[in-house]
Amino acid sequence: MTDHPTPPPRQEGDPDTTGHVWDGIEEFDNPMPRWWLWCFYLTIIWGVAYTIAYPAWPMVSSATSGLLGYSTRGEVAEEIAAVEMRNEGINMQLASAELTEIAANPELNTYATSAGAAVYRTWCTQCHGSGAAGAVGYPNLLDDDWLWGGDIESIHATISHGIRNEEDDDARYSEMPAFGDILETEEITSVVNYVMSISGGAPVDPAQVAVGAEVYLDNCSACHGEEALGDVEQGAPNLADAIWLYGGDYDTLIETVTYSRYGVMPPWTQRLSEAEIRAVAVYVHQLGGGE
Amino acid sequence: MQILSKHKFIETNATLLLVLSFLVVTIGGLVQITPLFYLENTIEKVDGMRPYSPLELQGREVYIREGCYVCHSQMIRPMRDEVERYGHYSLAAESMYDHPFQWGSKRTGPDLARVGGRYSDDWHVVHLRDPQSVVPESIMPKYGFLENTIIQPKYIGELMATHKFVGVPYTDEMIAAAEADFRAQADPDSDYDEMLERYPGAQVRNFDGQPGISEADALIAYLQMLGTLVDFSTFTPDASR
Repeated sequence: MTDHPTPPPRQEGDPDTTGHVWDGIEEFDNPMPRWWLWCFYLTIIWGVAYTIAYPAWPMVSSATSGLLGYSTRGEVAEEIAAVEMRNEGINMQLASAELTEIAANPELNTYATSAGAAVYRTWCTQCHGSGAAGAVGYPNLLDDDWLWGGDIESIHATISHGIRNEEDDDARYSEMPAFGDILETEEITSVVNYVMSISGGAPVDPAQVAVGAEVYLDNCSACHGEEALGDVEQGAPNLADAIWLYGGDYDTLIETVTYSRYGVMPPWTQRLSEAEIRAVAVYVHQLGGGE
Repeated sequence: MQILSKHKFIETNATLLLVLSFLVVTIGGLVQITPLFYLENTIEKVDGMRPYSPLELQGREVYIREGCYVCHSQMIRPMRDEVERYGHYSLAAESMYDHPFQWGSKRTGPDLARVGGRYSDDWHVVHLRDPQSVVPESIMPKYGFLENTIIQPKYIGELMATHKFVGVPYTDEMIAAAEADFRAQADPDSDYDEMLERYPGAQVRNFDGQPGISEADALIAYLQMLGTLVDFSTFTPDASR
């Protein structure tokens, strides 16, 4: 044990000490800074005022609702209602306008294109891509190759009712048979070779092309047309171009002919308003391929 | 200041300080937590909510195992931008059979609270197999192995019993029929009427389009159900919350 040094002598005007001595060190009992103390009192006042103004204290069956009547649900409902009211006029105009005349009306067209872009980014990008270039099985909306028609009315009908879904009776519908059950394997390979020969690709086995043309005329031309240019009335794709939804290589074409394809699209009338559907139809129509 | 000198006594007795601190925290906790169990506006009753069907529950297990919640939330906040993008804001009741809840805390990917019915089964299969094939800018990993992993519903009854233990109202009948219901939901040719009676609104399909019930079947069944149980055309939100 060493002796603790004695504390230095007190000087004139020193505040009281706390009364403790640690290793000869004493502590002045200074008051807390006034600014700090006032902040502390203010937070207490703020806290009390807050619980009066906003929902806070739990009571028997519900919490106090606060003088300001604030609720998160009420706020979001108000916000949505405010935006809807702001756009009500132009939305009604859009919903009642002739589809074909929207593009000629600069105000309506500007609104529809940007509102449509927002709807597109929310609901369409996941399948058709954020740039609308599509993906395997999901059509590219930038080009002028349309399965079900590329004029504004066709696009509007496709978006409204969707394709091959069960929710909407007006959905666009067609079903290519799975030719694996109908044709012989050699017939399938020959017709695939034929299709490759007319679509700008090189057939894998040129010797089969002639036979394939026969098979094509007997089995495929009713929907895809004798010239293989497709038919938008029944969603039959053009087979004479180099644009493929599922792929134009030999193996994919064999798969398509053998098992068929059944691409679906949901109807949007249940999720979007008529104005929103028209807006996104205008947006898609002006992307580049609109007819 | 008489009371302050008493406080000095607490400060100099560590054990007493500990006991009293614990007491204070307990009171604070009780005041905050207890009302949530009895206040009517925190336990809103909502029509349509039901316990998950066995296949959906299994899909939820896959969802948790693969850590989907790390990147996807299931909680649409009551804000206009979220409501516009994802649909009606989430209700507390919609997580009432979730143990644990899947609200998540971070959105690297989009919120999934209402993903049900938003995409086709085909899209889900392709997207799980190779997310970038449909969403090129996505950074989601590939989950193609799910469709190759066949599930035997051997322990599904036990899983449901466990959920019952923590409060999900599965009946003994549901647990007894778990295996049959599990198979029925993934097979549109099966006799699924009883399953639908037990789990109204369950969707019956071969979700991944391939023979056998795989983890992808279960996961897609779960995803296609998310957010679809409450009918918002008949639900009127009570504004006071």
